[in-house]
Amino acid sequence: MDLKLKIWRQTGPDVEGKFVHYPVHNISKDASFLEMMDILNEELVANGEEPVAFDHDCREGICGMCSLFINGHAHGPDDSITTCQLHMRKFKDGETIVIEPWRARPFPIIKDLMVDRSAFDLIIQAGGYVSINTGGVPDANAIPIKKENADLAMDAAACIGCGACVAACKNASAMLFVSAKVSQFALLPQGKIEAKQRVENMVAKMDDLGFGNCTNTYACEAECPKDISVANIARMNREFLAAKVS
Amino acid sequence: MNLSYSSITKKIWMSLMGLFLMIFLVVHLGINLLLLFDPTRELFNEVAHFMGTNPIIQIFQWVLFAGFAIHIALGVILQIQNWIARPKRYKVKAISEDSFFSKFMIHTGIIILIFLVIHFANFFIKVKVFHGVDDFILAGVNTGMEDMGLLVVKLFELPEYVIGYIIVLLLLGFHLDHAFQSAFQSLGLNHPKYTPCIKGFGHVYAIVISLGYILIPLVIYFTK
Amino acid sequence: MTKLDSKVPSGPIAEKWTNYKAHQNLVNPANKRKIDVIIVGTGLAGGAAAASLSELGFNVKVFCIQDSPRRAHSIAAQGGINAAKNYPNDGDSIYRLFYDTVKGGDYRAREANVYRLAEVSNNIIDQCVAQGVPFAREYGGLLDNRSFGGALVSRTFYARGQTGQQLLLGAYSALSKEINKGAVKMYTRREMMDIVKIDGKARGIIVRDLVTGKLERHGAHAVLLATGGYGNVFFLSTNAMTSNGSAAWKAYKRGAYFADPSFVQIHPTCIPVHGDYQSKLTLMSESLRNDGRIWVPKKKVDAQKIQKGELSPVKIPEEDRDYYLERRYPAFGNLVPRDVASRAAKERCDEGYGVGNTGLAVYLDFKDAINRLGKNVIEARYGNLFQMYEKIVDENPYETPMMIYPAIHYTMGGTWVDYELQSTIPGLFVGGEANFSDHGANRLGASALMQGLSDGYFVLPYTMQNYLADQINVPHLATDSAEFEQTEKDVQDIIDRLFVVKGNKTVDSFHKRLGLIMWDYVGMARNKEGLEKAIVEIKELRKEFWGNVNVPGEKTGMNVELEKALRLVDFLELGELMARDALDRNESCGGHFREEYKTEEGEAMRDDENYMYVSAWEYKGDDQEPVLHKEPLVYENIEVKQRNYKTA
Repeated sequence: MDLKLKIWRQTGPDVEGKFVHYPVHNISKDASFLEMMDILNEELVANGEEPVAFDHDCREGICGMCSLFINGHAHGPDDSITTCQLHMRKFKDGETIVIEPWRARPFPIIKDLMVDRSAFDLIIQAGGYVSINTGGVPDANAIPIKKENADLAMDAAACIGCGACVAACKNASAMLFVSAKVSQFALLPQGKIEAKQRVENMVAKMDDLGFGNCTNTYACEAECPKDISVANIARMNREFLAAKVS
Repeated sequence: MNLSYSSITKKIWMSLMGLFLMIFLVVHLGINLLLLFDPTRELFNEVAHFMGTNPIIQIFQWVLFAGFAIHIALGVILQIQNWIARPKRYKVKAISEDSFFSKFMIHTGIIILIFLVIHFANFFIKVKVFHGVDDFILAGVNTGMEDMGLLVVKLFELPEYVIGYIIVLLLLGFHLDHAFQSAFQSLGLNHPKYTPCIKGFGHVYAIVISLGYILIPLVIYFTK
Repeated sequence: MTKLDSKVPSGPIAEKWTNYKAHQNLVNPANKRKIDVIIVGTGLAGGAAAASLSELGFNVKVFCIQDSPRRAHSIAAQGGINAAKNYPNDGDSIYRLFYDTVKGGDYRAREANVYRLAEVSNNIIDQCVAQGVPFAREYGGLLDNRSFGGALVSRTFYARGQTGQQLLLGAYSALSKEINKGAVKMYTRREMMDIVKIDGKARGIIVRDLVTGKLERHGAHAVLLATGGYGNVFFLSTNAMTSNGSAAWKAYKRGAYFADPSFVQIHPTCIPVHGDYQSKLTLMSESLRNDGRIWVPKKKVDAQKIQKGELSPVKIPEEDRDYYLERRYPAFGNLVPRDVASRAAKERCDEGYGVGNTGLAVYLDFKDAINRLGKNVIEARYGNLFQMYEKIVDENPYETPMMIYPAIHYTMGGTWVDYELQSTIPGLFVGGEANFSDHGANRLGASALMQGLSDGYFVLPYTMQNYLADQINVPHLATDSAEFEQTEKDVQDIIDRLFVVKGNKTVDSFHKRLGLIMWDYVGMARNKEGLEKAIVEIKELRKEFWGNVNVPGEKTGMNVELEKALRLVDFLELGELMARDALDRNESCGGHFREEYKTEEGEAMRDDENYMYVSAWEYKGDDQEPVLHKEPLVYENIEVKQRNYKTA
């Protein structure tokens, strides 16, 4: 298939960027979206041009490195997948595809389509853990956990930290990301002990970093490649309220 | 209790005030509908008089004003923060919001606020500040109450006011449609069993409130 | 010939590690603060070691190539993690896990290391549960286990099909906790370019900031490499795009021996290759083999019709299907170890029975399991994998059997390390997939996660401390010394040379060609002639690369093509060493299959008499042949047998 690409090019963080048009030809419908980008980059390099910088790594939808806002959707038009799992059969021959970076103040652009998501690391560092050291822990089966809760915790823990929730949210809010981590621990006895400090510190860090506010639009859930539920956001609100009134 | 104003704290206050205002809307609608059931306007005027003079209601009125003020102020602050959070917008943005009207809360909110100011000038200020409403004459006897009903009826005989009113009330319906379930979510009340009911009830509430209010000018206009 | 000292402690095998810990040197808490440790890589081994060493009180500097430590490739492991907990009461024990791992590795692993691995496996599960890792549970609230290839017990703990992710996020959370305390300094988007040696000891590294392109110097009392495997030498593999062998290769060129480079694992259940634009291969968890049955058509005509797209596999009657694993290996059936399953698939395809449009695929069929257990159960177990398959292949595996084919997945070889996980460069430790130690010639499923975390949480914090105990008087390393100067210059020279070439072929085009040479001659089946050919061809390719590669862009700033070129420079050398090692090993063992050495039935034939050793290669210079050192493997606690998965 032949496609018209409109790609955001920006040489550095503080430089003005612009859209550049690139036609690509003879793309197999079985190719993945990033393979299509590889083909474009091979052509650019062969023509002596700078290839388009974009983040990617595992190419199987788990590392959370790939991003890309494709035709108005975080991770493109398909549901429940990351950009690296998106295949060209989702597009029509001759289609124009607009490719933009994640846009949010806490995610500054590094180059082209690559953004800096270290804000997420800072949020986790503020409290996304159980404060135990290596060794001296009880036997694994000494802590029985209700299967339903373990499953819900796993649902929340499936977050890959890609930032699609922030990208898709009209407010660039990170509530889905933060709440997924808060929820994972809120659902497990191991996490209960520090629940109060955790939710307060993580929310405070999220606010400090300049993410927007949640206005319950649920675009995050719709665009999340791992289908993290907004029920986690409610759980975090609950945890937060409980922490503040106690 | 340490309530620093984090994003979630603001949202919690936003939703508490919103829910409070939603109750107010029901009471207000109930009173307004009296106009349809009593062409003499006596019932409506009596209730309006009660609301305007009862000391408890008078105190409560300030609570209501505070509710509006907090809801509006927080709404504006949150929105400004949200705009700052994304300085550069997308060229193409598909609709992925699950709650469609959620995208337009600030827009519907501001229009409702403008309406509120007009509404306030037309009724509250006119009555309370300028005493610009004649007394209610029932069967040739001055009841000593202001004829609030007549004020309403007069306004609703103006086609431009009726159209404007209907548009604003439709927008209020959109606002409420998102607001109702959103308030519960912000308060952390999300449950696989009950959330669908809350959402369903929210839609019904939004429709009943906006259509309920809209019904009154339509009836008055077309039966004048 | 130098004798390799594996430093295995004396005593009965079950007491070696306890004895080691009882007698090792420790650093007192006040002195730990004076000691700096560099850790490269934040996967299971690196992340866990960083957190644990920091908790002990050392100053830790951590480097990762991705934008966040949470994205290390450990995250992609799907199936699970083994431990000898014996929760299911099915007869498991530390010895049995040890035994299975040594046997699975075809008796090419160091006994004492494997025993220690089995021993600490239980602590790993305890640690991870305490961290809040949401392992799968039963309705009673206790942990669930499943079975995995190469074992007769259920000892695999799992978190859906994302066990690697959950364990990594556990280590990442521990690391984040330490970063928050200020005890760990984290450097992201950094790639290690070289090791700095001072007086023969590893004292620092040169890294390249991938965003600015600047070279940085970092000094420390000891360096730990946890940089993963080198499977991407094949271009197509299940590894992540940035996974590379450069750190290990640079260590090799600075004097660390490289062990068993030819031991590469081919994973049997990957989605087949579909086109020449393909950038990587996707693995489907091995756990699928628990319920799926592997088959190809019995009749060649059927296979040919399927290849042409004229016949659907569901139309082939039961009696015309060849469930070749169940046929050949009645005891283990579809659950034979990975190397056996992979080779069996290749054998069928080479004979012309393969399916798919390339003929390079076999079926993994869930029809019987769906009939027996119901679609719901299968969906609950493998739903996400089925969905992933459908997204990629555009076929519904509930209706049409899945197509799978082996792909490069893991490298058992790596930097040679002793019992303390220290390389032949003092002060340079290597953990996780980057070292060679525990899996011999073949790794069993669910053992990589176990090894990474064992090294990181429970081995390196002890053994590195033993080394650091006599370093307390060494001040913080200054990075303005001549050694740092020179090493940085060496790195800069390579970068400069790449820009001088100004050829007209892309980096990837060379990488693809290297991958083909490796896959054809150093892949699943090897022979003398092919390996010799590979060595020649790789040398030629290397020459062509240095004469005609095109690296566009600038030296400074983000330059992805330069990054790829730098990694390929090392792969082009590493590939040759792999072929050399495979050529030396005149036997078939585990993932290393030499076509000349097989039984009449086509099974791998080991030569314990002559090849029961770890090959450790020493670098002698670019224009010199590397020198082979042999660490003999002695099995005192295990009876060495020909692997047999036909009968239990």
